[in-house]
Amino acid sequence: MTSPTSIRVEGIGKQYRIGARRARPTTLREAVARAAMAPLHNLRELREAGSTNGTSGSNLFWALQDVSFEVTEGEVLGIVGKNGAGKSTLLRILSRITLPTTGRAVVRGRIGSLLEIGTGFHPELSGRDNIYLNGAILGMERSYIARKFDEIVEFAEVAQFLDTAVKYYSSGMYLRLAFAVAAHLRSEILLVDEVLAVGDAEFQNKCLAKMMEVASEGRPVLFVSHNLNAIQRMCPRAILLEGGRLVADGKTGEVLQRYLVRTPEAPVPGEWLDTAGLQRSGTREVYVEAVQYRSDREQLGWQPYPDGPLELRLALVSDRKRTIGSLGISLSDEDGTVLVSADTIFLGVVTPLDQGSNVLAIRIESLHLAPGVYHLTVWVRGPLGRLVFDRVESAFVLQVTDPHPAISTAPAQGATTCRFELLHFNGRDRMSSTERKQPGKGV
Amino acid sequence: MPGARWPSIDLGDLWAYRSLLLLLVWRDIKSRYSQTVLGAGWAVLQPVLPMAVFSLVFGRFARIPSEGIPYPVFSLAALVLWSYFSSALSGASNSLILNRNLLTKVYFPRLVIPGAPVLAALVDFAIAFGVLLLVLLLYGLVPQAASIVLIPILVLLVSLAAMGAGSWLAALSVQYRDVRHLNPFLVQIWMFASPIVYPLSLVPEGYRWLYSLNPMAGVITAFRGLLLGTPLPTPAQLALSAVGAVGMFLAGTLYFRHAERVFADVA
Repeated sequence: MTSPTSIRVEGIGKQYRIGARRARPTTLREAVARAAMAPLHNLRELREAGSTNGTSGSNLFWALQDVSFEVTEGEVLGIVGKNGAGKSTLLRILSRITLPTTGRAVVRGRIGSLLEIGTGFHPELSGRDNIYLNGAILGMERSYIARKFDEIVEFAEVAQFLDTAVKYYSSGMYLRLAFAVAAHLRSEILLVDEVLAVGDAEFQNKCLAKMMEVASEGRPVLFVSHNLNAIQRMCPRAILLEGGRLVADGKTGEVLQRYLVRTPEAPVPGEWLDTAGLQRSGTREVYVEAVQYRSDREQLGWQPYPDGPLELRLALVSDRKRTIGSLGISLSDEDGTVLVSADTIFLGVVTPLDQGSNVLAIRIESLHLAPGVYHLTVWVRGPLGRLVFDRVESAFVLQVTDPHPAISTAPAQGATTCRFELLHFNGRDRMSSTERKQPGKGV
Repeated sequence: MPGARWPSIDLGDLWAYRSLLLLLVWRDIKSRYSQTVLGAGWAVLQPVLPMAVFSLVFGRFARIPSEGIPYPVFSLAALVLWSYFSSALSGASNSLILNRNLLTKVYFPRLVIPGAPVLAALVDFAIAFGVLLLVLLLYGLVPQAASIVLIPILVLLVSLAAMGAGSWLAALSVQYRDVRHLNPFLVQIWMFASPIVYPLSLVPEGYRWLYSLNPMAGVITAFRGLLLGTPLPTPAQLALSAVGAVGMFLAGTLYFRHAERVFADVA
């Protein structure tokens, strides 16, 4: 990389103190004695609250440990990891809210951070006043807010209520206003925590588009999210934090794959995933014991890819010889919207099962899903397709990989794909084709 | 440990965030009396109500001397300045707890937070001061000409003292919530340790130098003297109080800067 470094993080660590709970008193005498001694005990505890060099080393823990990476100009970096992995702590250190216990972060340029939306909103003040206040708290200049004011109001769709105190706003209006100010934050470096999780889908897309605008101006963006699809769409590079340590740093596709592999719900293609212990419903006269999936390309690690095949093998256990009317799977996105499903009931066949173990496979000829992370649900129902024998909701997550990461650059390509082609017509055909279109309005 | 030494006040950083400071001041002013019946009338009642009580209890019943001035005016003049000090002090010392959501979510120079209520309380002071001037007019009292120059300096000293003590208490309150409960008592004790219900001349001569270390002692006596023509403090007493105010400001804000590194972690 030749572009200059914007952020250099060198061996950052952050230690926190966690309060150890004391055992409850069991007798009245003990309780009285404890209450009398409480001030002394509290004083000792509170004195240590801020420092990390206290005497009782047992209740210290590292939220971040030895994390190093660099971000160059114009780079959009995704940060993934489970809850408590240290993502938010990292952003707090970079935005100077808290100091690292060890190491240092060198930042070139002014940082704007969105760790929360609506920070500093005052309920008694009007929407207009809060736009200025919140903007200033986020570090925007007054003249800049004044220039962007109309745009912000339009974005938030609250024009009518500008002079109403925000405590009278509906929660939706409140959120939209908070988002609108946040979305117009411009700074040399932008840090965004999981703020998009609260808005509706349309608003999220608006905000993602705004963030891409910032990135396209050559300003680095650091983006923390649990929404892996958003990460995959926005960030060419990602880092993975686990237990406060940086465990992967590289191309987003590869980092996400590592992240998913490390979560128990994301099996590797071609390996059986035992479904025992997963959330399920049904009579369990027949149940799904294990699931396995794979596609057809070895060079992609048998991962499914857009428009490629997907084969799901299902190990079923039946309590006796019987027939089932429905064996199906569905894939849904992170919000739980079902995108595709395949159910044998639509084939119009009933499937005979032996007593004990059976292995069946559902093969999807071509899976029209864009690269991303999807949740798989699987079910078995009775001969008439009504009685649910077993249903495992979100049995596991699988990743549809991008076979050509170099080509696909545009974000928001949509959740599904379609086969299409380009046709060439003779120029004279134009008239006749518009005439044909007239009866119905095609989109 | 990075930056374990005692820090400076970092005026450059504060200057860069001056618009945020002004907005927070303006937020405090705007939201203070919203949804109240009396609105800015509270700025007047704040010194007037205690004046009524003190005039009855200390003026009438206890017959505390008031340097030949009617007791209500004598106490009101001091109470107007004291109200500013006490609301600035309690505003500043509660400010961090009230704004702790800001501490953990955004960066800005932390001194802005206790600074805003100190400045915002000036508006109330201006209103009350206007009322005080009207009362003087009613009693036919004419302030000394030097007031125009000296009163702003006295108010500045009060602001410095309030900011110092307020930011010290604010920093402590982040770690020890006891401060919030202690605050009302502290303000009350401080009030009786200042020449508000009684004149400075009532303090035994031998202890006056010690008494004058309380910044409010010299400042209030000077304020009252300029407006009512009561005896002024000696230059030494006033200088001692000024040193007290500046010392309090430096000690408080520097302690705040020292403590602020852990605010986000313990708030």
